[in-house]
Amino acid sequence: MPEITIDGKKIEFAQGMTILEAARSVGGDLVPPTMCYYSKLKDTGGYCRTCIVKVESESVKNPRALPKPVASCRTLAQDGMVVKNQTSPEIQEARAGIVEFLLINHPLDCPVCDQAGECSLQDLGYEHGKMNTRYEFERREFPQKDIGDKIKLHMNRCILCYRCVKTADQITDGRVHGVCSRGDVAEISTYIEKAIDNDFSGNIIDVCPVGALTDRTFRFKSRVWFTKPVDAHRNCDKCCGKVRLWYKGEEILRVTARKDMYGEVEEWICNECRFEKKRTTDWQIEGPSQIDRHSVISANHYRTPAMKKDLSNMILNSGIDASVSSADLTDKA
Amino acid sequence: MGSIKFSDKTMAKVRELILRYPEGKHKSALIPVLHLAQAEFDGWLSPETMEYVAEILNIQAIEVFEVASFYSMFNLQPRGKCLIEVCRTSSCWLNGAYDIMSYLENKLGIKMGETTPDGKFTLKAVECLGSCGTAPMLQIGKEYHENLTFEKIDALLEKHASGEFITNYC
Amino acid sequence: MAKKILFEHIDKPGIRHLEAYRQHGGYKAVEKALQAMSPAEVVSEVITSGLRGRGGAGFQTGTKWNFLAKPEGVPRYLVCNADESEPGTFKDRYLMEKIPHMLIEGMIVSSFALGVNTAYIYIRGEYFYLYNIMEEAIAEAYKAGWLGQNICNSGYNLELHMHIGAGAYICGEETALLESLEGKRGNPRIKPPFPAVAGLYGCPTVVNNVETIAAVPYIVNFGGEHYASIGIGKSTGTKLISASGHIKKPGVYEIELGLPVEEFIYSDEYCGGIRNDNELKAVVAGGSSVPILPKDLILKTADGHPRLMSYESMADGGFTTGTMLGSGGFIVMDHTTSIVTNLHTFARFYHHESCGQCSPCREGTGWMEKILHKILDGHGTLSDIDLLWDIQAGIEGKTICALGDAAAWPVASAIRHFRAEFESYIKDPAASRTFSHYDEKYKVHNVDAQS
Repeated sequence: MPEITIDGKKIEFAQGMTILEAARSVGGDLVPPTMCYYSKLKDTGGYCRTCIVKVESESVKNPRALPKPVASCRTLAQDGMVVKNQTSPEIQEARAGIVEFLLINHPLDCPVCDQAGECSLQDLGYEHGKMNTRYEFERREFPQKDIGDKIKLHMNRCILCYRCVKTADQITDGRVHGVCSRGDVAEISTYIEKAIDNDFSGNIIDVCPVGALTDRTFRFKSRVWFTKPVDAHRNCDKCCGKVRLWYKGEEILRVTARKDMYGEVEEWICNECRFEKKRTTDWQIEGPSQIDRHSVISANHYRTPAMKKDLSNMILNSGIDASVSSADLTDKA
Repeated sequence: MGSIKFSDKTMAKVRELILRYPEGKHKSALIPVLHLAQAEFDGWLSPETMEYVAEILNIQAIEVFEVASFYSMFNLQPRGKCLIEVCRTSSCWLNGAYDIMSYLENKLGIKMGETTPDGKFTLKAVECLGSCGTAPMLQIGKEYHENLTFEKIDALLEKHASGEFITNYC
Repeated sequence: MAKKILFEHIDKPGIRHLEAYRQHGGYKAVEKALQAMSPAEVVSEVITSGLRGRGGAGFQTGTKWNFLAKPEGVPRYLVCNADESEPGTFKDRYLMEKIPHMLIEGMIVSSFALGVNTAYIYIRGEYFYLYNIMEEAIAEAYKAGWLGQNICNSGYNLELHMHIGAGAYICGEETALLESLEGKRGNPRIKPPFPAVAGLYGCPTVVNNVETIAAVPYIVNFGGEHYASIGIGKSTGTKLISASGHIKKPGVYEIELGLPVEEFIYSDEYCGGIRNDNELKAVVAGGSSVPILPKDLILKTADGHPRLMSYESMADGGFTTGTMLGSGGFIVMDHTTSIVTNLHTFARFYHHESCGQCSPCREGTGWMEKILHKILDGHGTLSDIDLLWDIQAGIEGKTICALGDAAAWPVASAIRHFRAEFESYIKDPAASRTFSHYDEKYKVHNVDAQS
């Protein structure tokens, strides 16, 4: 099997995998961060430049170093390739620069943003950003656009990752939104304010790495870290019906698709499951979600009595062994 | 759509343009057809015009809007009958483009990006038009006016004072 | 007189039309190639000629042609890049306006060499009058049987079409050009795959500049070896230079590669010296993207040799003391010029032309323009110079396409060679304005009217 070395670690990979995929196959610190790449969609990545890495040797056949950093999400791994990510100070510096670029026009309105707590840009800024900003000009502001009663577009927060455009292209039957204008005034826009009216349009909320597309039915209902994720399913004739319910007390505030450790949707869900089914009786409860990410959600204080009580009730109702599940949750925290 | 419809002559041109591209690749004709539409429908692309073009090319309206908003020659707002585009990049600046812009602004009583109240003239500052050796320059319709002097500008303004609609696609 | 290849007949009466072009030896290369040569032989002559891409990158044309994938049953395309938009460059415009059939002849011969049966010329939207000239010339060529079915009874077919753009510098980047030709936004594609494998409509495609294609008939007529004997070293043949700025005789000149820069600027055959016999201050030698060089370094390399108009000599010293031949957009500035203001026009240009796909270019180009704007407005601080430096470094080499580099290099080189001017401007903006009377006007136009 061909082998690539990333940050000194040898990784076997299958032909056709990108550097990023090879890195993700082993996981850990050597995996480059991503903002626009999305493994569940075709042709994503390459735009945000956060996953850039240094290629010190291209392959066994061609052991030259590449002059410029490459986007690991779009560059194929090759046998004998030697890549530096965490171990390259040059890449760390370049990445900090890219975080700075992504933030200069970002409104930094995290206190009132529904994405806060599960925002890839927050995580990126925390891990790779600088302490202060050197940008002293007015931040870019777009006029508010209404794209329907289910999805809220907050263009000022958008980092133009194109994920929602690709989702609409690939998951729904005919997209009505896209990227308009160009340069630093380019924006996600619905064609002449047309509502995004499609059974699967809600998935653009889940793929958005920032708070640019949020669930209007969840708007300002709660900070995400005060809600508890629970996996559930139902028989749905449109989608897989496998979802994550976000509880506050007894109430389901939000329904999303289930996401993996990189925050990517496991299976797409339909708008009916997402927006219409907000009663516990709509669902077969599977149990508390296992969240691997180091986000505020996994740092949740599940052990506090009130939370535990809610959780226990739910788990009792669903017939799952409570002790195992909650231990799992706290271990991952 | 109703009110928006290409003339037969333009429609024949549209068909000819589509034939330049392989079967099934008619979207390639989008930019040339948008030029035709802009020339025929008052020098700008209204939402209705863009939807009409989408219909003709059998593509989604958003695909038209994405493209129309990307390219600087497509006007998404109405403009004056005579659009004056003044180049201001390096070589033109070196040769006095800013003086030319000021002169035009003073003469017409409007700023760059504005239209005269009578709707006759719109001023627009543009980036390099490939006329660096004959700077300063401006473009009206498809015509390049080069080695500009204030006298030349006076003559141009006089020539277009009648309010005749000038387009670049003809 | 220096060797003329492209311009030999440029001033002949009626040369814009087929009849006169033919009288002066036009379309002989088509006859020769289609009747007496194989496609591989044409490619081989182009490789031997050492012809390099004249759009700016200077990549070997023959090598690029050799990369073209040739899967069975899949059409291949040749696309001519006539989206000339690099500030300081206007040579392709001149060539197409004066002698359009030379480009058409080049397209036929090149298409034949590449096994292409459908070719396009993508021309920038602002060149609409040229589009009409080219359309007229193409119609003449079809009528005379140089295009269409069974050209010269060789059994070879070629359809050649014009395609008009609509105002976007980025469409000069070959993959953005292909996107635009497909009727999309001019967003550069992420490479690989390269156009040679998957270009127009996903098919193998070669994209070449106007001047490159126009040189091919001469190479076919007189042989690659002969072409390679013109010029200097690996800079073979002749190059069109668009000369502008503060010179006595701006215009497009065909030079034999290897001509000393000093001769080009001061000789009456070319630029004729600096206007009003002023002092030369700086030159942007290859279009706005390439590093600006002060007088001393443009006339002589760092180790004291005369700087020549060639790919190698221009690059001598790397970016520390050298620059690039680029597209041959030669912008000359005299001692009255404010380098800071000129840089601002470049920064504004790249800000305006960034497609917005990738974050360093989208955010960085605007930031640089705003800082330069602030400095010109008299509110700059010395730390702004270092910030500009950091921003350009953060863009360079980290973007999808070369526009990021093109936006970074002018900033880096202006700071590298003219830091003192930035400093004095910042310390005393009012005094600095005496550098140039144009700066007085700056404030009026500081608001971007377009965006």
